[in-house]
Amino acid sequence: MRRFSWINATSLTLGFAFLYLPMLILVVYSFNASQLVTVWAGFSTRWYGELIRNEAFLDAAWVTLKVAVVSSTIATVLGTMAAYTLVRAGRFLGRTLFSGMIYAPLVMPEVITGLSLLLLFIGIGLDRGILTIVLAHTTFSMCYVSVVVSSRLDSFDRSLEEAALDLGCTPFEAFRLVTLPIIAPAVISGWLLAFTLSLDDLVIASFVTGPSATTLPMKIWSSVRLGVSPEINALSTILIAIVTVGVITASLVSKRAIAARQRDERAAAAAA
Amino acid sequence: MSPQTVFAPWDDPHEKPLIQFRNVTKRFGDFTAVDNIELDIFEREFFALLGPSGCGKTTLMRMLAGFETPTEGTILLDGKDIAPIPPNRRATNMMFQSYALFPHLTVRDNIAFGLKRERRPKPEIDARVDEMLRLVQLQKFATRKPHQISGGQRQRVALARCLAKAPKLLLLDEPLGALDKKLREETQFELMDIQEKTGTTFVIVTHDQEEAMTVASRVAVMDHGKLVQVATPDVIYELPSSTYVADFIGDVNILEGRITGQDDDRVEIAWAEDQPSIHAKARVALAPGSTAYFAIRPEKIAISATRPETAPNAVTGKVLDIAYLGNISTYHVELPGGQVIKAQSTNTDRMAAREFTWDDTVWLGWSDAAGVVLER
Repeated sequence: MRRFSWINATSLTLGFAFLYLPMLILVVYSFNASQLVTVWAGFSTRWYGELIRNEAFLDAAWVTLKVAVVSSTIATVLGTMAAYTLVRAGRFLGRTLFSGMIYAPLVMPEVITGLSLLLLFIGIGLDRGILTIVLAHTTFSMCYVSVVVSSRLDSFDRSLEEAALDLGCTPFEAFRLVTLPIIAPAVISGWLLAFTLSLDDLVIASFVTGPSATTLPMKIWSSVRLGVSPEINALSTILIAIVTVGVITASLVSKRAIAARQRDERAAAAAA
Repeated sequence: MSPQTVFAPWDDPHEKPLIQFRNVTKRFGDFTAVDNIELDIFEREFFALLGPSGCGKTTLMRMLAGFETPTEGTILLDGKDIAPIPPNRRATNMMFQSYALFPHLTVRDNIAFGLKRERRPKPEIDARVDEMLRLVQLQKFATRKPHQISGGQRQRVALARCLAKAPKLLLLDEPLGALDKKLREETQFELMDIQEKTGTTFVIVTHDQEEAMTVASRVAVMDHGKLVQVATPDVIYELPSSTYVADFIGDVNILEGRITGQDDDRVEIAWAEDQPSIHAKARVALAPGSTAYFAIRPEKIAISATRPETAPNAVTGKVLDIAYLGNISTYHVELPGGQVIKAQSTNTDRMAAREFTWDDTVWLGWSDAAGVVLER
């Protein structure tokens, strides 16, 4: 049945080329010895060395990491709380409006989110810097967390919580000891999503930042405007490598967990 | 209490009920799930709430557990109103239909869960968990996770978990629904055994009438939020209070007719133009001319080739259908007027040639005490 016609082969090649050719060029040129980005002058790891010595890039990377960790953690807490409340609250007047409003920031243009946050920060007289970027990232990424967590909670067997209450848990203990451990995978993937969104973000961060804080995407963007340097290529290659390793690890771990579970269930059924 | 005494606290006016429902009503919006219920359940009882889905039996149980509060009326446990007590501080434990085992905890931790919430010392918890594991024979599986054991074992973990805290009252919501028939029957006897050993009061919700009859000391039949009849299984079966109960429990023939004569406790019911009136004993006084239903179980009707000499009631008809069930055979007999009556006979001889076959003309006979006369 498995025929590999030339049409399949062509479409596959074209598709992958479309997706990965730009990145491949970037990776290849990061090992270029020449100062000029478009002229190949032999293999070298020189730009990686330069990158490590570039204080400005390292600072930006450090700011980005701090912002991403803090904002995604706050967003996860708030997003999980929002999802839990909306799923558990049952029906009340305006419930659809509320849950719709949670999702609205997903489709809101980033420029508008950024601008409105900027106006808010100016209005309340908050000094712009790392703190404002963290707040802005928390705001837009918590709705992503809430979407991920609420879809998990929708399929969550309510009787597990009732069983916990029945066995003597207070409602908070029931959440901490039963609900949270069970929905933990969704909460973690919500955190990862928020973390990635924060790492990626250029537009909103540009709006709300001040002179003291520059994130990596902002740094890359402003450097590129002065001309693409091979250092940027090297930096991008490192980022691609980190993301690739992360994605592959995550999928391997979840695949292994599913396989182990299926094996256990088969064993249990056979022993019955 | 001497050992010969039958367990029947509901007949003893001095006995204090463990649970009292007083005019309990529960409404969800416009829908009345439980409608003005008065019910006493006694200590050490194995009480079954039986009814079709949507009859309010689960709501009644969830009110005992504390997951629902009555709209009207009060529920007393040991004489105290339980409405203000949240589920985590009630002396009741519930076994859920889905078992609701915590998937991230081992069998042992599942059973220990409730004990740990009471902050008991660890050795005491361990001893109690071991005792529970022994009770449900799952010592070997203590370190497994719920998805690593079979459905029947999960059911036993769920039972051990809710028994561990030694509740005053154990609530079982369709506990055996997910098991296959053979395992279900075995487990019913296990449940009764455990109930006797622990002396706990059990309230079980089920839609399976055989299950209710097997395990329960008393059965409450529910319909549309109301209690239709509350009695011991044999009374429910032999003396149903209405055609609804008679029809819900077991197989039954219900013949509608009119009272034509009454003499002491005997009545005559005219039920079909070309058939003789039914002679039966009635427990209630029925005015001549009123509508009555005669309910009779198929096993109480004798089938014969010739007219039974002694039976006060006898009709004749043709065999329409035969259902062979191994231990018994059910004959569907069509009377000349088109009515079909079911009669059962026990297959006492192995592989004996069947006495009757399709289209044979047969006689059906029953005594005047074989069936019950019902008003509705």
